[in-house]
Amino acid sequence: MMSESWDGTLSFTEFFVAASNFSEQWRKLNSSLPQWTWIPSPKRRPWVPTNDQAGYLALENMILPRLSKGNAHHKSDVAETEECCSDYEDEAVDTAVVVLNDGSGEHRYDLHAVYSVSYRVPVLYFRAYRNDGQPLLLDVIEKDFSIDSAQLLTRAKWTFITQEEHPELRRPWYMLHPCGTSEWMTLLLSSDVSSAQDRIPREKYLLSWFSVVGQVFGIKLHLEMLNLVAPQ
Amino acid sequence: MITGSKGAATEAQQYVWGGAIPLQIHLHESEVTTLPPPPPALILAPRVGYLPLLVPQIKPFFSSSLPPGVDTVWFEYKGLPLKWYIPTGTLFDLLCSEPERPWNLTIHFRGYPVNLLIPCEGEDSVKWSFINSLKEAAYVINGNCKNIMNMSQSDQTELWRSVLNGQLEAYLRVYSKLKLDIVGDDFSLNLNPSRQTNSDNEATGITKSGKIPVRLYVRTIDEDIDEVEDAPIVDSWEQIYYINCPVEVRGEGKDFSLNDAIKALLPMLFTEEASVDVDSQAPESESGEVSDGGSSRSSQKNGESLSAHAGLFKDGTEIMLVRIQGIEPRLDIPFGWVAKNLMNPEQYLHICIYVKTVQP
Repeated sequence: MMSESWDGTLSFTEFFVAASNFSEQWRKLNSSLPQWTWIPSPKRRPWVPTNDQAGYLALENMILPRLSKGNAHHKSDVAETEECCSDYEDEAVDTAVVVLNDGSGEHRYDLHAVYSVSYRVPVLYFRAYRNDGQPLLLDVIEKDFSIDSAQLLTRAKWTFITQEEHPELRRPWYMLHPCGTSEWMTLLLSSDVSSAQDRIPREKYLLSWFSVVGQVFGIKLHLEMLNLVAPQ
Repeated sequence: MITGSKGAATEAQQYVWGGAIPLQIHLHESEVTTLPPPPPALILAPRVGYLPLLVPQIKPFFSSSLPPGVDTVWFEYKGLPLKWYIPTGTLFDLLCSEPERPWNLTIHFRGYPVNLLIPCEGEDSVKWSFINSLKEAAYVINGNCKNIMNMSQSDQTELWRSVLNGQLEAYLRVYSKLKLDIVGDDFSLNLNPSRQTNSDNEATGITKSGKIPVRLYVRTIDEDIDEVEDAPIVDSWEQIYYINCPVEVRGEGKDFSLNDAIKALLPMLFTEEASVDVDSQAPESESGEVSDGGSSRSSQKNGESLSAHAGLFKDGTEIMLVRIQGIEPRLDIPFGWVAKNLMNPEQYLHICIYVKTVQP
């Protein structure tokens, strides 16, 4: 499909392909980080419509990269986030671990990319918990966010992140609202190919998508990964 | 379109909005601190409403009996915590195989099951759950939700108040501005034979997708029962499968029936042969056997024609009941009519289907 007519959405099959592509790139470049894994939908009644690929992409037990206190969150300089010592050195994701001072240990995040048939885009569901498994509420999670995201959370309490039922697990999870996703994805991916007159690289969809939604959690994709999105 | 432009409600819409379920609400015994225990509260619950919205009316019945603490209200039916974000009428249709009047529910003011239910901070939570559903529906219908996002504050307030108070006319006044007209409705089609465009849509740059927002609920019955009212109680949400699933109206729309929509939603319950002749079978309009004529017989033959999964249920999985807004509509009704007249205010059509599956 030509870029000009593309509406920023994906079919489920395209989502599956993009998910495989994304998790593979992640594995290559972030081998010591937790990995994105495809989780098949739980076995349902045989007559319920599913296809063989039904499932979602999950990154579990992720310790968020932290900007050291007092640093300007707005600086996008890659080096900024690499100053802390890290197990993840030389990884493509600019990530670092800071031991928190509140005695509760690190915050761990589970991020799930679930396909929405209504919006025809991936939707990010997440939950956070302490090392001992105790779940974190949004007012604590908010402090892990970038300043921009935290401000948005205050301004748009009900339309940015709310608790929703995880469509596969049927439990309350936090969800990033997807109503604008197709629009900004159109801008992201169409601009990449505008000169090339090429088809939209939908297999790169999740990579581009996560380069945006990951920023809510301070996860920035390394240039090397982002370059994969750009035209050859 | 007729509804939108002229602001007039159809008779069916008036029935849906006027529909209410008599509730008899009991305070859970663990929260009773007075003797004698408080008598149950009797209250009418609008079909298109949500249970937490009733709390201000219910609370006075029980407030003097409650133990000290902070209120975190939730409802339960025969041990099943009720998901408040499902409209009350849909819960009733889904959980009461035989309509129970009054419907006996238990209310809890303490001990919210946070692992199972989304937290509810009162009216605001319900309002935004409603608006976010409306956004999703708008996206399905129009391919974007700009009209909802750009709704003025006063329209948003008016829309919500109309839902809160069950005022259909007030609702339609705001609704007509939202340009959420679905395709496949007979009247709309007559006015706009080219279903993709009309003057309004051209002006706003909206292209209709031909999709109708549907929330499908499937209740599975594992016992070999003859009558739907003999269905065992639902004691876990595991027994219910539900999904938001847009249904694409194919062809000219007016020929696309409710039966076609159910086939699109649950294709595995239909065989090739059934899809050919099912339209000629007029389903009975009485009692709980509506779908029997159309679909269940066909599902007996599923084994041969479908791959992979088919072998697992060749032994007679059948649709026992299709229920929408408390009624069992004829399956040959045009789906566009069903959607327009029976959908909830958040623009979702909630379809409850009881499926019997008996292993040999």
